[in-house]
Amino acid sequence: MAKVLMKGNEAIAEASIRAGGLYYFGYPITPQNEVAEYLSRRMPEVGGTFLQVESEVAVSNMLYGAAGAGVRCWTTSSSPGISLMMEALSYIAAAELPCVIVNIMRTGPGLGGILPSQGDYRQAVKGGGHGDYRSIVYAPASLQEAVELMPLAFDRADRYRTPVLVLGDGMIGQMMEPVEFREHEFPPLPPKDWATDGCKGRKPNVVNSLYLDPVKEEELNRKLVAKYEEIARKEMKSDEYGTDKPYRVLLVAYGTTARICRTAIARLAEEGIGVALFRPITLFPFPAARLKELSRPAEFLLSVEMSTGQMVEDIELAVRCRKPVHFYGRQGGLVPTPEEVVDEVKRLLAGAKGGAA
Amino acid sequence: MQAEVVFAGFGGQGVMLAGKLLAETGMVLGKEVVWLPSYGPEMRGGTANCTVIVGDEPIASPIVRNPRDVAVMNRPSLDKFCPLMRPVGVAVVNKSLITVDPDRDDITVVNVPANQIAIEAGTGRAANMVMLGAYVGATDIVPFEALVEQVKHQFVKKAKLIPVNVKCLEEGYRLGQKKRA
Repeated sequence: MAKVLMKGNEAIAEASIRAGGLYYFGYPITPQNEVAEYLSRRMPEVGGTFLQVESEVAVSNMLYGAAGAGVRCWTTSSSPGISLMMEALSYIAAAELPCVIVNIMRTGPGLGGILPSQGDYRQAVKGGGHGDYRSIVYAPASLQEAVELMPLAFDRADRYRTPVLVLGDGMIGQMMEPVEFREHEFPPLPPKDWATDGCKGRKPNVVNSLYLDPVKEEELNRKLVAKYEEIARKEMKSDEYGTDKPYRVLLVAYGTTARICRTAIARLAEEGIGVALFRPITLFPFPAARLKELSRPAEFLLSVEMSTGQMVEDIELAVRCRKPVHFYGRQGGLVPTPEEVVDEVKRLLAGAKGGAA
Repeated sequence: MQAEVVFAGFGGQGVMLAGKLLAETGMVLGKEVVWLPSYGPEMRGGTANCTVIVGDEPIASPIVRNPRDVAVMNRPSLDKFCPLMRPVGVAVVNKSLITVDPDRDDITVVNVPANQIAIEAGTGRAANMVMLGAYVGATDIVPFEALVEQVKHQFVKKAKLIPVNVKCLEEGYRLGQKKRA
């Protein structure tokens, strides 16, 4: 199929439809409104359901219900809207139901602004809702990658019966790039024999997250942990750039920030300074093993984020604090430029030399 | 090769569409392209801009602090973006609304009375097409014929708008080419 030039929000919408995500509930918030605009037109064409409901709380509980009934359902929102969904997300994780939630992050905390940010890293990666649960988190860096990750997100949600988050910043939502929708093939999924889709001729299925018996609750906790361990073993994804050449510095960045780092690396290479990039594609599970390996030749690591450094702790943990992990970031909707990253790398290298002398 | 151009002007002048048409033309030709809008609580009369990157290699950073080229349709856009340009870039300046010249001698300036040309062609609303044509004329970033095809495709459902838009593109292109010669 030929490439088409699409806005990120529209590309995510189309990719989800093609992945069978035919039940969408949403509530407007910038910078992801084009998803709903697109789906409100497109869903009727494909026999899907587009529903704009009264709030994000309603959205998330409709996801809970639809996921319980065994259909592929999903939503999109942006930071404050995602916060409102966290209670239901915890219930969905507890009830082991599949759904996909896309967060086109804006600035925060609070109502913040509508410009790009990566300030919801911790919320997405460490839980967000209450209780012992995790979600698989994908972070696309380009629109083509976003359209590849959506079908994977739906598949993994079904396969592991877990909520899956896709974390993009405002730029991923708003920019246009050529995309190509390819067919994706996945191994067969187990039947959804747990779904509450009518119980004629069988015992009723029950969707529930209330456990008043501590022994039963602990059983669930242990079952979930085993699931997250399996996910951590099998689902780590990452990308790297410039690691095939000698490098003194390893940048770590995800999403569009990683692309800014790539330009910075090219500029630094022109000056003879070897720098490489590690880009986590899954933020949970964090691809720690590969990062640790790649950190070995580096003098230090530099995390570049549109936040105040939320990923740094995961990088430090991955390298077991054996290498210094520095941070450079912009906040408030300001985006780090390649020039800023170049300057920061040089500043740190000069400082490192000074320290050795 | 990678070129970045910022199309900037008032909201409503069509800078987003001009940028999109350039990006689409590049895509059809098999080039790597990115279109990144400034977005915010913007409305008709406010400022708007988009950055278009066209290249032969996959595009790394979609954020460009120093674009090679600009196409500015109003004075605030000229004041904001011309100082950021890299040397030897092309600045297409809408002389219908901008009375000053860019304060630089290391760039190529293409002066285009875009609104006037568009009004004479039939509608002032196509001033963005004059700018786009002039930019392509001055840079040959994409073949002009491919751009015309893309504009025809854009207006396929409003076919009566095609002649005036193509006319504006041609007029702009002619001025851009003249600067090149």
